[in-house]
Amino acid sequence: MGTSLGIRVQAVNKSFGRGEARTAVLKQTTFSAETGRLTMLVGPSGCGKTTLLSIIAGTLHADDGEIEVLGQRLDQMKSNAVAKFRAKNLGFIFQQFNLIPTLTAAENVSVPLVIQGHPYRYAEKKARDALAWVDLADHANFRPAKMSGGQLQRVAIARALVHDPQVILCDEPTSSLDSENGQQVMELLRKAAAQRDRMVLVVTHDNRTYRFADRMAEMEDGRILRVLDTQEEIRMHHPLGE
Amino acid sequence: MIRIALKMLFGDRGKYLMLISGITFATLLMAQGMSLFCGLMSWTFSTMRNVRVPIWVADPQVEQCNDNKPMRDTDTTRVRSVDGVAWAVPFFQNLSMARMQDGTSKMITLIGLDNNTLIGAPTKIIAGRLEDLRMPNTVIIDDFGVQRFSESRDHLIGVGDVFEINDREARIVAICETHRSFTGGPYVFTTYDRAVQYAPGQRKMLSFVLAAPQEGVSAEELARRIAAQTGLAAFTHSEFAWSTIMWYIRNTGIPINVGTIVIIGFIIGAVISGQTFYSFVLENTRHFAALRAMGASSGELTAMLLAQAFLVGFIGYGTGLGFVSVLGINLLKLGKVPFLLLWQIPAVVGIAVMVIVAISAVIGIARIVRLEPAIVFR
Ligand SMILES: Nc1ncnc2c1ncn2[C@@H]1O[C@H](COP(=O)(O)OP(=O)(O)O)[C@@H](O)[C@H]1O
Ligand SMILES: [Mg+2]
Repeated sequence: MGTSLGIRVQAVNKSFGRGEARTAVLKQTTFSAETGRLTMLVGPSGCGKTTLLSIIAGTLHADDGEIEVLGQRLDQMKSNAVAKFRAKNLGFIFQQFNLIPTLTAAENVSVPLVIQGHPYRYAEKKARDALAWVDLADHANFRPAKMSGGQLQRVAIARALVHDPQVILCDEPTSSLDSENGQQVMELLRKAAAQRDRMVLVVTHDNRTYRFADRMAEMEDGRILRVLDTQEEIRMHHPLGE
Repeated sequence: MIRIALKMLFGDRGKYLMLISGITFATLLMAQGMSLFCGLMSWTFSTMRNVRVPIWVADPQVEQCNDNKPMRDTDTTRVRSVDGVAWAVPFFQNLSMARMQDGTSKMITLIGLDNNTLIGAPTKIIAGRLEDLRMPNTVIIDDFGVQRFSESRDHLIGVGDVFEINDREARIVAICETHRSFTGGPYVFTTYDRAVQYAPGQRKMLSFVLAAPQEGVSAEELARRIAAQTGLAAFTHSEFAWSTIMWYIRNTGIPINVGTIVIIGFIIGAVISGQTFYSFVLENTRHFAALRAMGASSGELTAMLLAQAFLVGFIGYGTGLGFVSVLGINLLKLGKVPFLLLWQIPAVVGIAVMVIVAISAVIGIARIVRLEPAIVFR
C-alpha cells in the first residue's frame, strides 16, 4: 500500500488576541500526515491541537506558513474555494457530535452530499448506506435526542464518510464517550483509514485510543516534539497506553 | 439546503410558532388599523357616495362635503348659466333632530333633493317607491334609520309610518340603502323645498349646487369654468372626495391615532420576530458553523436564513390577514364600525411584513456570515 503526503504543514504561526493579550499558539509548527494511515495528534490540553486541526481544515487562517492538503495550497486559496474543497475532500468528526437535533440520523448524514448539490433522494439513499456501514441502519429515522452518545458519534462517522472524502479530521472523537463506545468509534475510524487514498487524522488526548494509531505526532506548547512512525514505537513510548 | 433549513425551523416548534404569531399579530394590528382608517375616511364623504354627481359647487370657503356654508338661492341659476353645464340643481344638507311618536329624538342627516328631477336620489330602494316622494310631507329613510328609529318600538318602523322633523310631519314612503355617514345619524331624503321647510328658519338654505357637464366637456374643465365665472368653489367628485379626506386628516386626530396603532403593530412585529429569529439563529450557531465547516458557502447559509425568515413571514402574514378578514366580516355584520379593507392594505402590510422579515434575516445573516467555522471544534 503506497503512501503519499496528504497533509503538509510548514512553519505555521498562529496567535490569538491583540496587543498585550496576544499569545502565540502555533510556533513555526511543522507537521505532515500520509494517506492510507490513521495519524494521531496528541498532547496536553491547550497545546494547540485543535488550532492546528482547524488550520488544516481551512476553517481558521494561519498568520503565516504553508498549508497543503491533497496537493492544494489552502493558504493561497480564496475562502469560497476552500469551502468547496472542504465540501468535496474533507469529512469532519467533532467532539460534540454537532448533529442537527431537528433532523433524523439519515438527514444529518446526507448533509455533506446536499452541500455538494446532490439531489435529496440520492443523498438520503447514500446516507442510509453509510448508516448501515456504522451498523445503525435501523436508526435512520431517529432524531439525535433519541440516541446514545456512542450512536451519535457513529452517525457523525457516517456523515464524515458519506461523500467519500479522502481526508477525515476528528477532534477528540472519543472524549465524550465511555471506553466501550470509544473503542467502537476508533475501530470504525481504523476501518475507514484502511482504505486506499483515505487518511484519518485524529486529535486526542485519550490514551485509551493510542493503540489504534499507525503514526503519532506528539505536540507540546505549539510545536510537534516527536513523531512515532509505527505502532511498535508508539507502544514502546506509551506502554499501557499512557 | 433550503429543505434542511426549513426542517431546522419546523423542528424548533416553540420558536417557529412564536415567530409566526409575531408576524400574525403585526399583520393583524397593521391591517386592522389601516382598515379602520380607510373605513373612517370612506365615511367622511358618504354623502357624496350616496349622491353621485359629477360636480359639486359650494361656497368658496367650503373644503369638505360635510361643511355647511349656505349659498344664495340665485347661485343655482348662476351655475346653470356657465357654458357647458348640462344641468345644475340645488342640494340641501344639514343635521336635524327627528322626533319619534314615543317622544324620543334621534339625530339625522337631512338631504333635500331638487323637487323636479330628484337628482342625487338613492339608487337602492329596498321598500316603497322613490316617486312617492312627490307626495306631501314624505321622506325616504335608510336601513340604518330603520334600526335607529325602531329602537324603542316593538316592531320595525317602515313605509307608511310617521315621525316629526322640527315639529313637522314626515311620512316614510320608501326605505333605501346608503353608505353610513361620518356624523353618525341616518340619512333622511326629501325634496329640496320640503327640506327647507323642515329646517329651522334660516335666510340662506342652499348647501351645494350639483352639476353635470354637457357631452364633450370634462368634469374637470367644467369645474374650472364654474369656479372662474361664479367665484364659487367647484369640485369634481374625486376632487371633492379627496379634499374631504384631506380635511379630516388635517383637522382630526384620526391619522395620529390610527397611525399609532399601525406603527405599534410594525414595532411589535419587528421586535418579536427579530428577537425570536435572532435567538433561533443564536441557538443554531453551532449547527450553522458545522455546515460551514462541512463546506457550505456564505451564500448557501444566507439562502437558508432567508428561506426560514420568509417562510415564517408568509405563513404569519397569511394567518394575520385571515384573522383580519374574519374580524372585518364580523365587524361589518355588526354595522356602525368603520372597516374598509382596500386591496392596497394587504399589499402595504405585506411589504411591511417583508421589511420586518428582511430585518430579522439580515440580523441573523450578519451573525452567520461572520461566523468563524472553527468554533465547531471548541
Ligand atoms: N479563538 C481563540 N481566541 C483566543 N484564544 C484561543 C482561541 N482558540 C484557541 N485559543 C487558545 O489557544 C490555545 C490552544 O487551544 P487549542 O488549540 O484548543 O488547544 P487543544 O486543542 O490542544 O486543547 C489555548 O490556550 C486556547 O485558550
Ligand atoms: Mg482541543
